[in-house]
Amino acid sequence: MSTADFATFSDNAVMFASIVYALAFLAHLTEWVLIRSLPAPQTTAEMAAQTTAQAVVRDAVPVGGPAAGPTEPAVPVADPASGREEEQELRVEKYGRIGVALTVLACALHLMALVSRGLGSDPIRVPWGNMYEFTLAGTFGVSVMYLLLLKRFELRWMGVLVTGFLVVVLMLDVLVLYQDAGPLVPALHSYWLAIHVLAAVIASGAFSVGALTLVLFLAKDRAIRRGTLRPRGYLSRLPEAPVLERVAYRMHAFGFPIWTFAALVAGPIWAEYAWGSYWNWDPKEVWAFITWVIYAAYLHARATAGWKGKAASVIALVGFASLLFNFVGINYFFGGGSLHSYAG
Amino acid sequence: MSTSRTATSRPDTDAGGSATAPPTPPSAPPALGPVELSRWAWRQLTSMRTALVLLFLLALGAVPGSVIPQQNIDSVKVAQWQEAHPALTPVYERLGLFAVYGSPWFAAIYILLMVSLVGCVVPRLRVYWRAARARPPQVPRHLSRLPESRTFEVADPDPEAVLARATAVLRRRRYRLAVHPGAVSAEKGYLREAGNLLFHFSVLVALVGFAAGQLFGYKGGVITIVGQGFSNTLSQYDDFAPGRLFNSDDLSPLSFTVDDFHVKWLTSGPAMGQPSSFDANITYRTAPGAAPRHHDLAVNHPLAAGGANVFLVGHGYAPVVTVKDGKGNVAYRGPAVFLPQDSTFASFGVIKVPDAVPQQLGFEGLFLPTYGFTVARGPFSQFPDALRPVLSLVPYHGNLGLDGGRPQSVYSLDKKGLKTYPSSDPSLGPVKRLKLEEGQTVRLPDGQGSIRFDGVQRWVKLQVSHSPGKGIALGGVLLGILGLMGSLFIRPRRAWVRVSQAPVGPGDPRRTVVELGGLDRSSGGDLSGEVEELERLITASSGPSGTSDTTPTPEEHA
Repeated sequence: MSTADFATFSDNAVMFASIVYALAFLAHLTEWVLIRSLPAPQTTAEMAAQTTAQAVVRDAVPVGGPAAGPTEPAVPVADPASGREEEQELRVEKYGRIGVALTVLACALHLMALVSRGLGSDPIRVPWGNMYEFTLAGTFGVSVMYLLLLKRFELRWMGVLVTGFLVVVLMLDVLVLYQDAGPLVPALHSYWLAIHVLAAVIASGAFSVGALTLVLFLAKDRAIRRGTLRPRGYLSRLPEAPVLERVAYRMHAFGFPIWTFAALVAGPIWAEYAWGSYWNWDPKEVWAFITWVIYAAYLHARATAGWKGKAASVIALVGFASLLFNFVGINYFFGGGSLHSYAG
Repeated sequence: MSTSRTATSRPDTDAGGSATAPPTPPSAPPALGPVELSRWAWRQLTSMRTALVLLFLLALGAVPGSVIPQQNIDSVKVAQWQEAHPALTPVYERLGLFAVYGSPWFAAIYILLMVSLVGCVVPRLRVYWRAARARPPQVPRHLSRLPESRTFEVADPDPEAVLARATAVLRRRRYRLAVHPGAVSAEKGYLREAGNLLFHFSVLVALVGFAAGQLFGYKGGVITIVGQGFSNTLSQYDDFAPGRLFNSDDLSPLSFTVDDFHVKWLTSGPAMGQPSSFDANITYRTAPGAAPRHHDLAVNHPLAAGGANVFLVGHGYAPVVTVKDGKGNVAYRGPAVFLPQDSTFASFGVIKVPDAVPQQLGFEGLFLPTYGFTVARGPFSQFPDALRPVLSLVPYHGNLGLDGGRPQSVYSLDKKGLKTYPSSDPSLGPVKRLKLEEGQTVRLPDGQGSIRFDGVQRWVKLQVSHSPGKGIALGGVLLGILGLMGSLFIRPRRAWVRVSQAPVGPGDPRRTVVELGGLDRSSGGDLSGEVEELERLITASSGPSGTSDTTPTPEEHA
């Protein structure tokens, strides 16, 4: 294939990946619609059991009694009236699995899009040299992060949100930010491009998944406090609020050292080579630092009595807003005023 | 900073970490003596809430510096901004908003934060020193009340032997142990707090390194026309940003000549008009008598010599012109630096001719490397390379305003004493504008002289900088990441095992009951996984026939 063929292939792969993410989104949506017709967990004890049961079948459907331990197979409820329910549960499970399978497929297409984008530039380079490509790589980071942690943290309940997010961001990327594949500007001729941007992309992926989880946590937390948690609603099918909060914390704890490396080590070292000074108070640097400080505040707040939970989560979401602003806003509002303007 | 400046560590929170209520707000202090007052103030300052507020203020305080032009970054832009906002300028100036990162209020935030950090970390150092050498705590009476616990039986009839094996299991999993009669307590993850302390310490180290660079370093920009030279003295710089404690004697005696400059432009493809590479060949000496050496300066390929670093940060065109005055004498000859305005390198500049008689002359306008013209856009540049260079200038006559002794920018005209010429073709605008191709001469109206566009030279913008302490700053941040990872990923845990003889019915084999309890002292750990693994290992080491009746306690799910 020629360079131009690769570039075209990449564009097509992005399109197909978006379509398959959209299908995965629909599958997960169907999963949740079907779940609404199932009886909901009634008591906290049962909800607790549900959490345990999830560990077995990776689903939000209560199938195990309170005694179902993590090592035992799920015990179907021995209620004759539940035959139809059981069937329904299987359907729910089926759509959930279809959703995950489609997400895996879409993620593979997404990877192909990234790789061929790199091959489609002359000379061959890492596929993150402008905003379109950063977004392509960043969304890939979110997708991979979700799939890798799916099993470990039982994240399938997040599927509908993650796939929806990916579809929207990929569409915006193609519609608003698209640039033809081409060579890099001279300032980016450095192997630090691979290191610095890769670290930023991984950290942003972790922060994004963490932020999505925190939004769910805050919604559920609020519904519980106000007593408006509908037993058949989406929120009541999510893992327990503390579980959500803990998953989100782990994402942030994973992302934070990587962000520190990207913003405060790799960035300054490269800046020293490229711009002659390791810290230039460039808007992108300033906002990367602001983001870092806010996430640091989140980690501190979470470890403090009285702040853990809602208050700390809000701080983390402010951090995410600052991350997004740094990614998009700086290039829009500051344009050529930023040394990072070639990223546009 | 990191996660576990925990509740237990800050003086205003409940010791023991179980506090769910927010720290009591500082009630108005009763009449206090100076000692109590300062102690109260110190407690407030080193409280976690204050630390959080200061972190937020730091983030918030950094924002204006990214929005408002900064003196030490782009003084030209500051001047432009101040010209455009005459009403706001004095207010902003008083608030230090044109030099946010050096302003007293910004310094106040980070100094308070550092004091708060030291005030928090130093006492913890003492606590940690004791805790790190302490024996694991006593076995709680009711292990089943712990967040995670198991009770199971093993086939081995001898409790002491079971306990010995359980102890071995814990030791293999790197727990620190304290053996009691019939029980053992174990603890691990001491390095978490060490990582935490290391992180906070290295924040200070990084800051010291950074401050050294800001205080003693300098950064200067110089535009040098290709073929000309530069020697490292203050007067040679176009802009110079020294640190507060910088001494001009510290400038290294570096000098160099820019021999040649190459730029390659992409002439096809989607990125057409973008430079694919540019570099400058320079000859430098680290000291006046030293042997000359060559270096190829390019982006991402700086020169480090004699304690200073030289970087290629930009390039542009310097059209060479000859101006004759009304008497026919050459009043000006040479290259004038024009500054690129966009990616097509349409460049703006001025030419000042103070020696012209009877009136001084000035020219302001654009250099267009590849000339293009449409009625809608007027003259513009089609491509950044100098393929068809054209100067489009507005001539002025009168007084350049240079005699008042007030320093003037070489990139703008003071038009107070200057007049334009009327346009000869009113359809092109009211003001006379000259278009000069390379080699062309144009006469000014009323016999006031002529201007000739002789040719094009290039200039490079070089940045010379010296930032001491950058190794310290880098080392600090790297240490900080190491500490951060320790404080985020090491799980401090306690485990207890108690063994006893199982009650036996007639004819049953004698067995041993094992009680196992675990406590995770961080938040977010997978404690049940660890306790499960311990149970599996203890059961496996105590004979294969051990049937376990695991009863997860209700708390397990919480």
